[in-house]
Amino acid sequence: MSCPPSAVASPTIPHIRQRAGGHRAPRVVAGVSLLVAGALLLPVVFLISEAAHIGRGQLTDLLLRHLTGTLLVNTVELTAAVTVACAMIGVACAWVVERTNLPGRRVWATLIVLPLAMPDFVVGYSWNSVAPAIHGLAGAVLVMTLSIYPLVYLPVAASLRRADCTLEEVARGLGHSHIKVFLRVTLPQIRTALLGGCLVVALALLAEYGAFEIVGFQTFTTEIITEFSVAFDSAAACALSLVLVMLGIAVLAGDAIMNAVKRTGRRGPHGTRPPRRYRLGRAAIPVTGGFALLAGAAVAVPVTIIGYWMMQRQRSSLPAASIVAAAANTLTYSLPAAAVATVAALPVALLAVRHRSRGAVLLERATYLVQGLPGPVIALSFVFFAVHYAVAIYQSPELLMAGYAVLFFPLALIAVRAALAHAPPQLEEVARSLGRRPPAVLLRVTLPLIAPGLAAAFCLVFLSAVIELTTTLILIPTGAHTLATAFWAQESNTSYGAAAPYAALLVVIAVIPGYALGRYFDRIPTDRTGNR
Amino acid sequence: MAGRLLTVAMGMVMAVGALAGCGSTGPATAGSTQTITLYNGQHEETTDALVAAFTRLTGIKVKIRSDDEDVLAQQIEQEGQASPADVVFTENSPALEVLQDKHLLAALPASTLADVPARFDSPRGDWAGVSARVSVLVYNTRDLPKSKLPTSVMQLAGPQWSGKLAIAPGETDFQPVVTSIAGAYGQQAALRWLRAIKANAGNHVYPDNETIAADVNSGRAQIGIINHYYWYRLRYEIGAASMHSAIAAFAAGDPGYVLDVSGAAVLASSRHRSAAQRFVAFLVSEQGQQIIAKGDSFEYPLGSGVHTSQPLIPFGQLRPDSIGVAALGDGHLALSLLQQAQLL
Repeated sequence: MSCPPSAVASPTIPHIRQRAGGHRAPRVVAGVSLLVAGALLLPVVFLISEAAHIGRGQLTDLLLRHLTGTLLVNTVELTAAVTVACAMIGVACAWVVERTNLPGRRVWATLIVLPLAMPDFVVGYSWNSVAPAIHGLAGAVLVMTLSIYPLVYLPVAASLRRADCTLEEVARGLGHSHIKVFLRVTLPQIRTALLGGCLVVALALLAEYGAFEIVGFQTFTTEIITEFSVAFDSAAACALSLVLVMLGIAVLAGDAIMNAVKRTGRRGPHGTRPPRRYRLGRAAIPVTGGFALLAGAAVAVPVTIIGYWMMQRQRSSLPAASIVAAAANTLTYSLPAAAVATVAALPVALLAVRHRSRGAVLLERATYLVQGLPGPVIALSFVFFAVHYAVAIYQSPELLMAGYAVLFFPLALIAVRAALAHAPPQLEEVARSLGRRPPAVLLRVTLPLIAPGLAAAFCLVFLSAVIELTTTLILIPTGAHTLATAFWAQESNTSYGAAAPYAALLVVIAVIPGYALGRYFDRIPTDRTGNR
Repeated sequence: MAGRLLTVAMGMVMAVGALAGCGSTGPATAGSTQTITLYNGQHEETTDALVAAFTRLTGIKVKIRSDDEDVLAQQIEQEGQASPADVVFTENSPALEVLQDKHLLAALPASTLADVPARFDSPRGDWAGVSARVSVLVYNTRDLPKSKLPTSVMQLAGPQWSGKLAIAPGETDFQPVVTSIAGAYGQQAALRWLRAIKANAGNHVYPDNETIAADVNSGRAQIGIINHYYWYRLRYEIGAASMHSAIAAFAAGDPGYVLDVSGAAVLASSRHRSAAQRFVAFLVSEQGQQIIAKGDSFEYPLGSGVHTSQPLIPFGQLRPDSIGVAALGDGHLALSLLQQAQLL
């Protein structure tokens, strides 16, 4: 157990200039980051090599037809609207949970990350049952927002947990309104986390075709999936995916510009104290109402459908895959993947935050691209590289774990990066000046400071891996089942009653990280000061 | 703090790893028993029953890997010579035709092909037909009297079906109907038909047949085109009392009345070719076909003179369009038409 940073962080060293550019990256950090970025770019390499097989005539036919334009517009509209909606919901929830005395806030905090663990099919089926009129852009925005906003909530909550609340209190003491304090003081501190969350939401939406499965809203990725699954033409699918890569680069550039407007980070080292929570008073009623509405729409609707199915008679003649074995597999594949992704994100985040250079930024940005590619394309790229260069591990548990780690690496990175952006580099410099070697500084100072971010990264990747289907079906050892694949097997056989227990267990598993994270966040300040 | 967190996380990882290790069966024990790998795009229920019977009969073990047939086809293509698959079994013929065109399948023995009427096998002999489904109308019995049903798929383009029709143009079951219409009336007519049904379907353009069956049953849509199987599966799942829909065949020989063939093939790269060939031979043998006839998959057996014992229209009484698996091909004509109609 490391010593609490608050002990180190006396406010007597404000003269140490915060480094924006940073010193040269240690070789280990740079080397490992390069390896990680290389692995993350493999799907893009595959995409380009596959796309080379397509005839130019076919490509222009596909790209220039009327529907393509419509679909591109759909994609951009959906991406923009859902990103904004997720930002608002994610930040509002995180602020209420971390900064107010909302009754039962830990329960709410656990509930509102659950949408990450809902299979698309459950969400689609339940909305179709509850509100069959839902369709079009508005419907797609609603359903997608409700299933993806935790990607903003989790990193922002972790960031708020680490943000310096002294500044907020000072500002409030100076008579600024809550809104002004939030906009002028809190928002700049959570900017990195918020922008990161928005970035992965936007990229995920580019590659999203769940909206079609759920509410029949077609996007550009729907067209890619058509080429892939109806035309059996992976070359065309890959060529079209290059358009998504372009859009992804545009999103990344936009994010870089937003990030560059003003460098964030703490101006001076302060120990983290437990925040003085806003007393909601009567406002607790509408806020609770808002949470109830959100949890109702995002969680209760799909969970009710699962419950309804479970009460149906089960007539599946398909022998049920052992639910225990499926759950064990789900955990066996997802937990190490989450650990690997989190650990791999650390050097890349260190490079991007502590040793910022043009090369470092480029490398970091490149690792996000995978998030904007359609699942089947990424999954096939794993097949390609494994079969050609590592056939011994093809369809082994290790390859699947590596696949998950690559697939969800961007989620880990945004959480770790936001945490690092908060951690005052002065503390590390003090430790170094006291003669600590870099590994010791990392272990004793940096890691404890960014622990909430690491925990959030782990949870984000774990929750996403637990539910993953496309890559799982392709890379899982033959004959093995996860909860998600067992659910899929029953569901695609229209055996909803038999499918329901797997979905229910997925939800139960998803409760654990959400709850554990909340408890863990709650303990941080208590550890330090012994009071709340 | 972080240290403890990591310790806890690693502890969990290792505990789960140990748990899973106990649960898994471990590597197949060497010896006289052979193991083949099946890439399965058919519904797992049918496949599991067939595999269990095959292993009992021959002692050959079968590892099953299930996914959508289009994904399996592309996975096999990427795997090439390194493919772990010995046999591929799909719900529809185009996936097999695609693999055959890319020379990824090995020719089947004539004796296996002979168990199935030639028109249901690959014309080039690389895959055998195993079972079949037929495209039908599904309609809501509270909204539509049987007398008002169209007799031809072409009538669904009429204005009377505006807002009532549901379609799933991305489903592999829909393209054979499009190919068949283009074959009967020409590509221009097929395109006009697609544009008209797209307008009629409006918001009822669905991702899959299951949604069509469920939504017609609930009255959200009144009529749709599906493979018969989906209606029977729905009734099996929710019970006859909850059914407010029925299926109806098109007029004899109508281009909407298409037989879709599910088939199996041995991979050219298979290192267990004789065992793999025995499996495909078993699928079309009387014993294999009886399992399909009695199973809950509600498909028609195609080989060895076996007839379905499920309450379906008897196979001999079906009067589908004469289009065969060869003319259906890999479905690229239908795809091009669907894209021109902006349905895909």
